[in-house]
Amino acid sequence: MAEVSIANYMVNFGPQHPAAHGVLRLVMELDGEIVERCDPHIGLLHRGTEKLIEHKTYLQAVPYFDRLDYVAPMNQEHAFALATEKLLGLEVPARGQAVRVLFAEIGRLLNHLLNVTTHALDCGAMTPALWGFEEREKLMEFYERVSGARMHAAYFRPGGVHQDMPKGMEDDIVKYLPRMLKVIDDIEGLLTENRIYRQRNVDIGVISGKDAMDWGFSGVMLRGSGIAWDLRKSQPYDGYEQYDFDLPVGKNGDCFDRYLCRIEEMRQSAKIIEQVVEKMPTGPIASDDRKVVPPKRGEMKKSMEALIHHFKLYTEGYRVPEGEAYAAVEAPKGEFGVYLVSDGSNKPYRCRIRAPGFPHLQATDFMSKGYMLADAVSIVGNMDVVFGEIDR
Amino acid sequence: MTDSKAILRELEQGLRDLADHLAAGLGADLLGSTIALGELTIRVPAARIVQVLTFLRDDGNCQFAELVDITGLDWPERARRFDVVYHLLSLKLNQRVRIKVETDEETPVPSAVGVYSAANWFERETWDMYGVMFSGHPDLRRILSDYGFEGHPLRKDFPLTGYVEVRYDESQKRVVYEPVQLQQEFRRFDFMSPWEGAKYVLPGDEKAEGQK
Repeated sequence: MAEVSIANYMVNFGPQHPAAHGVLRLVMELDGEIVERCDPHIGLLHRGTEKLIEHKTYLQAVPYFDRLDYVAPMNQEHAFALATEKLLGLEVPARGQAVRVLFAEIGRLLNHLLNVTTHALDCGAMTPALWGFEEREKLMEFYERVSGARMHAAYFRPGGVHQDMPKGMEDDIVKYLPRMLKVIDDIEGLLTENRIYRQRNVDIGVISGKDAMDWGFSGVMLRGSGIAWDLRKSQPYDGYEQYDFDLPVGKNGDCFDRYLCRIEEMRQSAKIIEQVVEKMPTGPIASDDRKVVPPKRGEMKKSMEALIHHFKLYTEGYRVPEGEAYAAVEAPKGEFGVYLVSDGSNKPYRCRIRAPGFPHLQATDFMSKGYMLADAVSIVGNMDVVFGEIDR
Repeated sequence: MTDSKAILRELEQGLRDLADHLAAGLGADLLGSTIALGELTIRVPAARIVQVLTFLRDDGNCQFAELVDITGLDWPERARRFDVVYHLLSLKLNQRVRIKVETDEETPVPSAVGVYSAANWFERETWDMYGVMFSGHPDLRRILSDYGFEGHPLRKDFPLTGYVEVRYDESQKRVVYEPVQLQQEFRRFDFMSPWEGAKYVLPGDEKAEGQK
């Protein structure tokens, strides 16, 4: 039979595709089923967050951070709060820090539950998603109890957190944890030894530690390649140094290792939450600097100054001294950073949002080259991309 | 709390050592360095950015193996209006450094893609948002804005509302682009009190000026 030459062909993957995790458009060049080139087109969810924040006061900017990575909203607010506090030179009281750590870890659970289960869904496993989302809903109820909103909490504010937790909430969280750990065990039971899941993930999307650093990876994507790096350990913020937890680190840098890291991180998060509740200090939840943190309603009924402060802070906001600051947190997806430039007015001159998913997605071409089309789905799913933060 | 101040002092000592090392290693390429709020910022000439980044990545006492971020800053009143800001992270030394270069609309900055692969999209984004050009970039396309978009939205002279808006047109059965029409005048309050140096002239004040 005569040899037939087959030309490469292009496939347009997304932007409306269930495995695209939002609005990702991949323009792929395929040779048969082998990915030759993969060009992600992003920006379909671009809302100009950075520009909008330049026109808002510091307090008004907080809710925009919920809408970046809407899977773990409070972790984003955390970075903004830290950056603003750095510029203001503001100290957060111990209880405020502990509450923040508590909810940052709940955010990590929310994120990993979503990522692990939807990734399993991409690989053909339906049940983990059903189980995981039930637990997510329970965790979001804790969000709701503390802030009034399931997702867009606006709870971590410069100076502390918005309100103290309702009475008895710590105990409810601790009481709930074993149930969630059981679900994680169940999910792991379904996936870790599952033949199909392993075939779809072991040795897929391998990236070495050196390449991972070159591509600007952070978080699980870096740890999965054997680099023990976590901002909670290396550059602790808000009192993370007091808590005892381990860093799961992968060996092979493939999708499966990253999945295992995420599973183990959830257990470690649960461990941190238990410690936070155990050590929970008493006292105020936000700084008592009345030029930054608005007074509580009760105070406003009695004090004229409190009333004036409240009015001024919610209309004009507060002036932030001139300067620039970069603050980063270990968000569930990696290093989430906020670079604030202040010109001394009540609005940020520039608020740069460094989203971890952005450099991760950038490496799609590098990571999926030479793999099959179906593997590309697994790789993108495993990267933990959320378009709210990538497109901003 | 005093211990956080002590930590900051220790951190700044480490940064001063690093700054001294950079001053020795970069020589004339280092235009200036500042340490503020526990962060080190260095200024270098735009033309030398690739050499500086390579030094920071490969030098044994720096090892800034990870490029965290590249972004722009717009200062319209300056002759060279843009700053391009690079954030680097060293996992080995657990340190960060910020590098700033100045440029304008016409002068391209040498691309850092050859040093850090991660620079690719960050530079594309800076081009898209600020219109800063990068020479030697393999693929300097727009990244976040719409296909066929015009202008650079994060420039200070770009209006918050933009120039075009889109809607689905039922008669043409497609999405149409139209100039922005605001239902209400766009208002921007500067909150500056006249006693604290507001720049504008209050109505009536010009008469007092005339009498002097």
